[in-house]
Amino acid sequence: MAGRPARVSGALWRLDDVSFGYGRKPVLANFSYQFERGCCYGVLGPNGSGKTTLLDLLCGLLVPESGAILFNGRPLAHWRPRALARQVALVPQEFMVDFDFSVRMVVEMGRYPHLGRFEDLDGRDHGLVNRVMAELAIDGLADRAVNQLSGGEKQRVAVARALAQQPSVLLLDEATSNLDIFHTLSILGAVRGRARAQGLTVIAAMHDLNQAAFFCDRLLFLNQGRLLCHGPTDEVLRPDVIDEVYGVRAQVAYNDFAKCLQVSFRAPEGDC
Amino acid sequence: MAGRPGHSSLIGILLSVLLLCVMLIAATMGFMKIPAAEVVAVIVHRITGSGTVPDPVAAGIVLDVRLPRIIGAALVGGALAASGAVFQAILRNPLADPYTLGIASGAAFGASLLIVLQVFGLVLPAFLSIPVFAFAGSIATLFVVLALASGSSRLSSTSLILSGVIVAAILSAAIGFLKFLADEQVGIIIFWLMGSLSGISWTNIALLLPVVSLGLLVCLLFSRELNIMATGERTAATLGIATARLRWLLLLVCSLMTAVSVAVSGIIGFVGLIVPHLLRHLFGPDNRRLILFSFLGGAILLVVADTLTRAVLPSEVPIGVLTALIGGPVFCVIFYRRQRDGR
Repeated sequence: MAGRPARVSGALWRLDDVSFGYGRKPVLANFSYQFERGCCYGVLGPNGSGKTTLLDLLCGLLVPESGAILFNGRPLAHWRPRALARQVALVPQEFMVDFDFSVRMVVEMGRYPHLGRFEDLDGRDHGLVNRVMAELAIDGLADRAVNQLSGGEKQRVAVARALAQQPSVLLLDEATSNLDIFHTLSILGAVRGRARAQGLTVIAAMHDLNQAAFFCDRLLFLNQGRLLCHGPTDEVLRPDVIDEVYGVRAQVAYNDFAKCLQVSFRAPEGDC
Repeated sequence: MAGRPGHSSLIGILLSVLLLCVMLIAATMGFMKIPAAEVVAVIVHRITGSGTVPDPVAAGIVLDVRLPRIIGAALVGGALAASGAVFQAILRNPLADPYTLGIASGAAFGASLLIVLQVFGLVLPAFLSIPVFAFAGSIATLFVVLALASGSSRLSSTSLILSGVIVAAILSAAIGFLKFLADEQVGIIIFWLMGSLSGISWTNIALLLPVVSLGLLVCLLFSRELNIMATGERTAATLGIATARLRWLLLLVCSLMTAVSVAVSGIIGFVGLIVPHLLRHLFGPDNRRLILFSFLGGAILLVVADTLTRAVLPSEVPIGVLTALIGGPVFCVIFYRRQRDGR
């Protein structure tokens, strides 16, 4: 039971006409989309376009005001939180802890949804935790206090905890936005390695279009709570889409060195 | 690094043994010195009805005067420190304590109100005693604070702490006014506010014991969830924890433990702040250990402090003053060193 990726036919998530708002202001309006298994999705759009809200709806932290969300063919509301936690893990943008928990202990927390109330981690769990820490290159930090690590190291711990959950889907909420390029690429690389090797589905809210181009198979562009455009990265990462979503002039070309599309921007005239 | 599970049961046993020793020594001390062997004989005779028949005077002092006060001190100290550990984890704020949600102010207001009413000659039925008013005051305050904070559905730490501060400020002004009204009798209010364990009876223990042990059990049962919640509400929810419900449950349980303690002992500060802080510093932040250690540590501290005021110092200093005078500087040192070490 625990940790086995569900192999059910049909879409992983199905969102039908989903709307959500805080107070009277809609954050997400009439959103319909199907997420498929084993794919790396990038959710892109300007600040406040509804990216985080979409992720919160997907993992059941928010309940839509109208519309339906099905996960593995079952309404999301029918999933027990622990059962859902065995399938879906979330890595937030920042990982702030005021207490000096050790890195190992934080990663071990990822096993929580797999344990009974009075059950403790067994040898298999410890092995898994060690493997995940090695995968994220934090095995050397296992006994360090997590609140003394650098931002990049902390995010590795957060990703390791999410992977220790053995989810079939990983949601990244701007998980690498605050990191330097080394940590960003190595975290995204580790996650994509998982996706390729074990069929992990990844849905990542991102800001950096070039990182999205390198990391994602498919892109969704949001603007003001609406899904403007979606499709395979090579098809939808176009200057006209970028202009429409962000209001920025850009050039998109295949880059031999990066081995993927890359975007160059031009600053608005007169500002520099 | 402290953190191996093997150590944790050893530390727990050591602290328990230390607590029992401290309680036994405390029972020997006082106006009349009673040897430890005789204290044990009195207790054994009382429980089993066998053994040597003890001296009736010594038996009376130990059973009716000292034991309820010592057991009361242990329960109150333990409840305050364990609640403090839980409050700090839930509010994700190492500076939170069991009084953060205004429980002490509410209790103080309730007690002061009754004292003033009595000063004005109002005769109330006997069961409406100061502890009852203090308890009612703290529970009423708790609900006002929770209602104020729950305006923003998620019951965030900041809004809880802020609501607690606001309500406590209003109540402290009201208490000032009651003191003014009490005029020459103001000493009774001041004495109650400074806390004292001198009035604890077996009846109080009969109330404290079930509430505190049940509360402690609930906290221990959810200590693993508490660890996860201390690393962030959002990720705790995605790990399958019903965070909002658990917050409510633990806040209520700890507040109840605190309210019952304050009702019988008055306001004893700093135990709920210092003890969990100090023990976290020594043994790490894992709540699966910390809550129990805090209970034992708080119990030890308060029994020692109460024995100091009762049997060692020339005249009885209010225990709330003693804990603040000892605890305050200790806290300053810990705080300064943490700042200096940059964590």
